[in-house]
Amino acid sequence: MSATPVLALRGISKRFGAVQALTDVDLEVHAGEVVALVGDNGAGKSTLVKTIAGVSPADEGVFEWQGRSVEVNRPHDAQELGIATVYQDLALCDNLDVVGNLFLGREIMRAGVLDEIEMERRARELLDTLSIRIPSVRIPIASLSGGQRQTVAIARSMLGEPKLVILDEPTAALGVEQTAQVLDLVERLRERGLAVILISHNMADVKAVADKVAVLRLGRNNGVFDVGSTSQEEIISAITGATDNAVTRRKARTAGSQS
Amino acid sequence: MTETNLSKTPKAPADAAPAKGATVAVDPRLLVREEGLTGYWTDFKRKMRSGELGSVPVVVGLIIIWAIFQSMDSAFLSAENLSNLSVYIVGTGLISVGIVFVLLLGEIDLSVGSVSGLASAIFAVLAVNNGVTEWVAVLAALLTGAVVGALHGFFFAKIGVPAFVVTLAGLLAWNGLMLKVLGTTGTINLRDDSLVGTLSNHYFAEIAVAYGTAAVAVGVFFVVQFLGARRRAAGGIPSRPVSEIVVRTALLAVLAFGAAHMLNQYKGMPLALLIFLVVLVALDFLLRRTSYGRKVFALGGNTEAARRAGINVELVRISVFSIAGTMAAFGGLMIASRILAANQGAGTGNLLMEAIAAAVIGGTSLFGGRGNVWSALLGMLVIGSIANGMALLGIAAAVQYMITGAVLLAAVVIDSVSRRTQRSAGRG
Repeated sequence: MSATPVLALRGISKRFGAVQALTDVDLEVHAGEVVALVGDNGAGKSTLVKTIAGVSPADEGVFEWQGRSVEVNRPHDAQELGIATVYQDLALCDNLDVVGNLFLGREIMRAGVLDEIEMERRARELLDTLSIRIPSVRIPIASLSGGQRQTVAIARSMLGEPKLVILDEPTAALGVEQTAQVLDLVERLRERGLAVILISHNMADVKAVADKVAVLRLGRNNGVFDVGSTSQEEIISAITGATDNAVTRRKARTAGSQS
Repeated sequence: MTETNLSKTPKAPADAAPAKGATVAVDPRLLVREEGLTGYWTDFKRKMRSGELGSVPVVVGLIIIWAIFQSMDSAFLSAENLSNLSVYIVGTGLISVGIVFVLLLGEIDLSVGSVSGLASAIFAVLAVNNGVTEWVAVLAALLTGAVVGALHGFFFAKIGVPAFVVTLAGLLAWNGLMLKVLGTTGTINLRDDSLVGTLSNHYFAEIAVAYGTAAVAVGVFFVVQFLGARRRAAGGIPSRPVSEIVVRTALLAVLAFGAAHMLNQYKGMPLALLIFLVVLVALDFLLRRTSYGRKVFALGGNTEAARRAGINVELVRISVFSIAGTMAAFGGLMIASRILAANQGAGTGNLLMEAIAAAVIGGTSLFGGRGNVWSALLGMLVIGSIANGMALLGIAAAVQYMITGAVLLAAVVIDSVSRRTQRSAGRG
């Protein structure tokens, strides 16, 4: 792991009218590291992601990219730096095939005409390196399963050769098997030396793939934990802000009734 | 606790190494078609089951319709009748091609009938009444269509008015403008030796033209397929075997030379049909081989995805409506050319319904994102055959409308059902 983080946010604040969405938030992500960003609804996860992606820039704070302070005011700026964001609603076209979707908006042309052959070759190459299993690169996205679609969406973000990939709840709508496929892919991104920010509500997913967990609570940092040495309960109490909360009470109760 | 432990890739090592760098073109994980006829059959069944019906229903329907009419009147499949049919479908077919573009966006254009009438009126008034050079008048008519379409597109894309309403307003307004342009004359007749008159009334009597067209079509098809397969093979991705290309080319050749032979038995290749085919090939190329076409499909599939991919959604929308307007004007000119007149009834009646029905019957989805320009040809063949066959049998127009209506309903039902199957097949 390199000493300089790929992305370092320092003292990020963001205000929407009377609402202080983010207050003095810090976040660091290194290359080859998966950082899970967790927090309850309204904790500021989405706002923070939008800040990083350039969709809605922060009011205050320093945005450091590979050690340099940079300005990210538009989505385009973030893409230029090498930040790819995969949003929850997948932004794929159901009617186009896998190749068409991967290259949508950046088609490879040959003499003014779509170069389907080159695009298909590169699509296969990309899917192979990520070990993504798709029945065929020439079937419409509509006939893929939810997990396969999610992997295609993530693969699509890889075409721009990003250094940082932000995944917004990639497993939210997926079944067990499909979730495993996506988590496999997240690990492969890490193996390829990418920095990954993973937003998830699912503690099992977080424990499975993340190296660090950054907790947001009410728009502030509420601790960064090392996944290996932290229990799930500690993370949950950081999210909810107390050791006595609905989750622990429920757990105590169910444990009691089972024994 | 119901949380399943999903930790650490249960089966990554087994399938993580897909023979990197190997020259094997076929990846075992992919859907691979078996060699030979069985392969085609299983692939065909898979497509049918998952709702990728394409042109299959309309081709089957057309064969049934032709068989029925032929059994009732042996003049139906005669060279003269089919030749007349091929000229009859061109005007509405061209309008329908424009409708295909709009349907691909998942929108509808109700104004194309009126726009086609307006274009023919403008042409006739300019060329016949005011003595403007004919090709200038033709350009003016086409330009009118393009501008009118772009105007619809502007209100739809920039202002956000539903396309349905914008073009409904257009349906009325452009019909009114046409009546205004024609003025008190009512009907303006065209001469059959004029430029526009020639378009529908010229036949290439030389048999070489029809056969030559067929030969060029078959030759180009083969060369494109063959070179494509060679490049694919060179790039190490699955390609069609030469045997399959030969079979496909042979099928096309039988169709093309059969049609050419039939046309030559009457008056030869109709100029109108040749124009229609050239337009179809050109627009098919635009839709399937250029990035513009890809954008149109993307918009029809998922507008938000298209926007995020950096596509200028508004510009594509406006241009598509402009294409629909231009094709409507073109179709209007071809209809005027066939009936050798521009009159107050042009672009009214069931022209609009036929143009939309043709596109849908031909297999272009009403829900956007699926279809091709050839559906205009196939759909018009169905509609034209029904109209022609019934006229031949002396069946009243009332029955004709009901049957065409039923065919349209059947097409829409197939479209809806196949769309549903496609969606549910994805959950497998």
